[in-house]
Amino acid sequence: MTVSVRPTTAETDRAQNAQALRPHAEHAFAAELAALAAHDDRPRPARWKLSPWAVATYLLGGTLPDGTVITPKYVGPRRLVEVAVTTLATDRALLLLGVPGTAKTWVSEHLAAAVSGDSTLLVQGTAGTPEEAIRYGWNYARLLAHGPSRDALVPSPVMRAMAEGMTARVEELTRIPADVQDTLITILSEKTLPVPELGEEVQAVRGFNLIATANDRDRGVNDLSSALRRRFNTVVLPLPESADAEVDIVTRRVEQLGRSLDLPAAPDGIEEIRRVVTVFRELRDGVTADGRTKLKSPSGTLSTAEAISVVTNGLALAAHFGDGVLRPGDVAAGILGAVVRDPAADRVVWREYLETVVREREGWTDFYRACREVSA
Amino acid sequence: MTGADGGTACDTWPLLLGVRHHGPGSARAVRAALDAARPAAVLIEGPPEADALIPLAAGPGLRPPVALLAHAVDEPGRSAFWPFAEFSPEWVAIRWALEQGVPARFFDLPATHTLAWEDGEPPAWEDGEPPASGPGVADDRQGPGLGPASDGDRMRVDPLAVLAEAAGHDDPERWWEDVVEHRGPGARDPFAPFAAVAEAMGALRERYGAGGRRRDLVREAHMRLRLREARKEFGSALAVVCGAWHVPALREKTTVTADRALLKGLPKVKTDLTWVPWTHRRLARAGGYGAGIDSPGWYGHLFRAPDRPVERWLTKVAGLLREEDRIVSSAHVIEAVRLAETLAALRGRPLPGLAETTDAVRAVLCDGSDVPLALVHDRLVVGDVLGEVPESAPAVPLQRDLARRQRSLRLKPEAQERELELDLRGETDAGRSRLLHRLRLLGVGWGEPARSRGSTGTFRETWLLRWEPELSVRVAEAGVWGTTVHAAARAKAEADATAARALADVTALAEQCLLAGLPDALPVVMRVLADRAALDTDVGHLAQALPALVRSLRYGDVRGTDTGALAEVAAGLAERVFVGLPPACAALDADAADEMRGHVDDVHTAVGLLTETLAGTATGGADGASGEEAGGRDQAGAEGDGGRHEDGRDHGDGGGGREQGGGWAERDGRVHDGRSRGGGLRERWRAVLRVLSSRDTAPGVIRGRAVRLLLDEGALRPEEAARLMGLALSPGTPPAAAAAWIEGFAGGGGGLLLVHDERLLGLLDTWLTGVPAESFTDVLPLLRRTFAAYEPGVRRTLGELVRRGPGEGPGGAAARGAGIPGFAAEPDTARADAVLPVLRLLLGLDADRDTAHATPKVTPHGRTPDDKRDGKQDRKQDGKRDGKQDDKRDGEQDDKRDGEQDDHRTGGRAGTSGATHGGADDHYGLTGVGT
Repeated sequence: MTVSVRPTTAETDRAQNAQALRPHAEHAFAAELAALAAHDDRPRPARWKLSPWAVATYLLGGTLPDGTVITPKYVGPRRLVEVAVTTLATDRALLLLGVPGTAKTWVSEHLAAAVSGDSTLLVQGTAGTPEEAIRYGWNYARLLAHGPSRDALVPSPVMRAMAEGMTARVEELTRIPADVQDTLITILSEKTLPVPELGEEVQAVRGFNLIATANDRDRGVNDLSSALRRRFNTVVLPLPESADAEVDIVTRRVEQLGRSLDLPAAPDGIEEIRRVVTVFRELRDGVTADGRTKLKSPSGTLSTAEAISVVTNGLALAAHFGDGVLRPGDVAAGILGAVVRDPAADRVVWREYLETVVREREGWTDFYRACREVSA
Repeated sequence: MTGADGGTACDTWPLLLGVRHHGPGSARAVRAALDAARPAAVLIEGPPEADALIPLAAGPGLRPPVALLAHAVDEPGRSAFWPFAEFSPEWVAIRWALEQGVPARFFDLPATHTLAWEDGEPPAWEDGEPPASGPGVADDRQGPGLGPASDGDRMRVDPLAVLAEAAGHDDPERWWEDVVEHRGPGARDPFAPFAAVAEAMGALRERYGAGGRRRDLVREAHMRLRLREARKEFGSALAVVCGAWHVPALREKTTVTADRALLKGLPKVKTDLTWVPWTHRRLARAGGYGAGIDSPGWYGHLFRAPDRPVERWLTKVAGLLREEDRIVSSAHVIEAVRLAETLAALRGRPLPGLAETTDAVRAVLCDGSDVPLALVHDRLVVGDVLGEVPESAPAVPLQRDLARRQRSLRLKPEAQERELELDLRGETDAGRSRLLHRLRLLGVGWGEPARSRGSTGTFRETWLLRWEPELSVRVAEAGVWGTTVHAAARAKAEADATAARALADVTALAEQCLLAGLPDALPVVMRVLADRAALDTDVGHLAQALPALVRSLRYGDVRGTDTGALAEVAAGLAERVFVGLPPACAALDADAADEMRGHVDDVHTAVGLLTETLAGTATGGADGASGEEAGGRDQAGAEGDGGRHEDGRDHGDGGGGREQGGGWAERDGRVHDGRSRGGGLRERWRAVLRVLSSRDTAPGVIRGRAVRLLLDEGALRPEEAARLMGLALSPGTPPAAAAAWIEGFAGGGGGLLLVHDERLLGLLDTWLTGVPAESFTDVLPLLRRTFAAYEPGVRRTLGELVRRGPGEGPGGAAARGAGIPGFAAEPDTARADAVLPVLRLLLGLDADRDTAHATPKVTPHGRTPDDKRDGKQDRKQDGKRDGKQDDKRDGEQDDKRDGEQDDHRTGGRAGTSGATHGGADDHYGLTGVGT
């Protein structure tokens, strides 16, 4: 069963990381983490790889005394990161809330990597997540052959994190059925996981904590019970405040993604990135950047994450089918796909936007033509 | 008694305590230092004129937050506030001095100079604190340095920012809090913090001088002089509480002559000072007269809390959230405290400040949401604290005047909300109404006008009264406008008029002026109004403005104010609308057309009223003996000349109207001949409507409306209306335009009107039956489009009515006679007269006075007074009968029943049209009022 193969995947993961399509944060930024640890002379909570200050610096970026530059992982209010790190230091569980694409998972992965040096203790929440994924499962062959024993027990990532004093992550907490969610209550309040079959329990050692992410916009979510909710400190991750901040985020991420996909670097990408971000922001906010024209908003969320994927997609197009330079035509199709989620209503919104805003805008003629071409 | 006796006294007198205004930490430190030093007298930054007011602070009646209010005696608009909170170091020093029986003196520049200095500045600059100026150590955002200091020196240095930067902090406010406010008084040496701050300020002053504030130099010179005087009076053991910025200057050795020279020739103005209650909200920066502190509630808490401020604060927050039904457990509070403390550690602060506790509250108690957090900010961080001032404090002149008026009108301020019914015909009630309106104009919302429940007469007003303590601040605030309620309201109205943007705002203001009985403000308002009206080219604006103006005229009438000027402007405005309307109706889209139709309706109503008003006043003048409005009205006589003058012409007009409309025009009887220029106005309006009705470029909805209004007025013969309808509905017209025409014609009632106004239905029916068979299919889509939008019930009733046929309805007999369904050929005056006794009773008229004037009020179809009710019943009956009994009646009609129903029908229609045509309705209502 899925549960039983988990430990092996986690281990092989580490071995194969060099070739991984997307290396874990602790591997991708191993050098930065090491440099931070070397300079970190502040007190560290038990089993933390870094002090809270260093964790905050790792996420927000900065320069170390020896000149090592720590790239910002999260571009946003400093306050939020500070509250998140502090929450983990106070052994309260952390709940990252936000609309899709606001870097919840990203932040949680980096927090886990910086705090515990391991971001792989992950439970992906789905509508079908069973209780075993959070507590423990059984290796049925052993269970039948030898009866219940520690050997026959297959621990969940949460259980392992408790035993080893690590940070566990639960993705999409609100997608998990309510009864399964509630198994977290004992873990978070008593910091213990009883195994009645063996008459034992696993007690969390110091350093254990849990980061959950949840999305407060989607339909079909199971709201947290207030009992569970009060075990979490909540941090709401907002959409980027300004267009510049968003361009910054998109550029940074596109660069990282491009590198891991071996895409050739695009020299003139920034203009198109700015364009994509502008289009996304304007449609999302329902008003043009200059505040003059009101727009209809499409049904999709048009998050920063989607902007990133549009640009990455465009880069791949430019690299393999174009001249290597990111051109309006490369992003147009991606934008169309991101904006038009509902074929009837969104298409009208998009056409209106094209004709009223894009066409009139100076320097956007190429982009307008490209969009017309793909929309037709 | 003096510090010299005390063992722990400081070594240098005078003891200079440089503080941050409104800093709780400073306040505590000041108390500790005073306790330790025990000076012989305390000098406090503030206007010396207020010395006499200091003893009031000892009584329980004076509860902070309060403010010292200084205002120029001759010009109350010129004023300044010095706010004191419970946690202000100055307040603490005052209280300490009073408790210890030590004299306390204010020693800043006198308000007499401060206020005079301010020429050309906005009247109440209070604490116009520039945003950059940190906690105001140096910047006297607080009263003392305040007003004068803040003018013009936007360029000055922010000493705190410099200090904080030197210490490696980016936020000066937080730096000051960490270094000074959050440290309690030094356990060992109560003077140490002041020495440190003074030293730091000294270094800054050396570097920056006065920071570009000349005013400061003068003030400091005055402080030094007063310090010298005090030394002579009380000996050298003095304590001085002032903004930290001034400390180095007070240390400076200067000669008396030099200081005197600086003070020479300062402008002066006669001032009055008093205590006024203040609120935390007003202390907060957002509050206009803010003292520049964002979080008075938090500061108050820091000052009051004996220990564990964070724990106590978060418990308070939890209490508030629980009151608001949010589930907050003690476990939450524990976690919030932990988070706040760890955050403070992470941020390298000695103690959690407001930022940390707020973050903790958001993450733990509010589930990351900002909504409950806003509540916490509003209720706790800022807080609802309201100060109190004892009766014995000298009151603001305006307040005194208000109290006097409240007494004479027997209108007591009560905290409980209550409803007040006013009958404006009585002197007292009219006075009350004026007072409440004036206060509203001044922004003192003691009473809110409410809808009267029973009567709709304009001589009645209903108010919801509630006196909130906050209102005394408003009164103090409004004190800048004048010393009496009347004068202040007048000044405010004039200022508002000049500042108003939209034309409609000015007309609304004119209306308010009349309501508030401020005829002396009217000239200015009227001038502005005339200017605006002349410059405003948007007919929409003009049309919007007209109704309010005309209403004002009526109200002015009711209250016996002079509205001559108003009438002029209203007439002028109406003319401008007439001229501008037809061109403005071209090239409109559907929405704009709908809006314009609203304007057309409004103007129509307004013109009707205006005509009435002008006519009413004119008759009053011309026929002084009888006019019911004439009784003692000043303007009646004035208007009379004009009225008489134009009489002749209007007679002619009236005749023309009758001619045109045939017997039909009798409906106009109430506008009756002999009325003044109002009649001319109405004629011109009809001309405009005629233009609109036939202009192809005007949208259908407006054309239809114009035809309908003309038809109702009797200015358009039914045949002509039918022709226009046929034209508008002909197959050549685009269906949308034709539908709009019908919509405009039949009114927005979803066809309900067609059901009840047989005349309209008849017109429509005639047109429809006239459509040739071959083009009928062309018209069908249009009809469908129009009628499909009606309610099923309405459609069915319409169908029934049509099936019965226009000529065979219950009103058939009469209709045949007059050529118009539903109307008698001639008014039945005998029956109309029957209504008079009851009408007289209703209107409370003297039997001998009314006869001449009651008649025109009765419509030609006038019936017994209960005709409205009757009409309704009849309609109901109609519907029922239509549905159920129709089959019983086969064409043959019972004469008797027919006659009876005819009555009902007529009455019913009179009621309906009254209700539907706003103009006519108001007419009735207002005519009643006039009496």
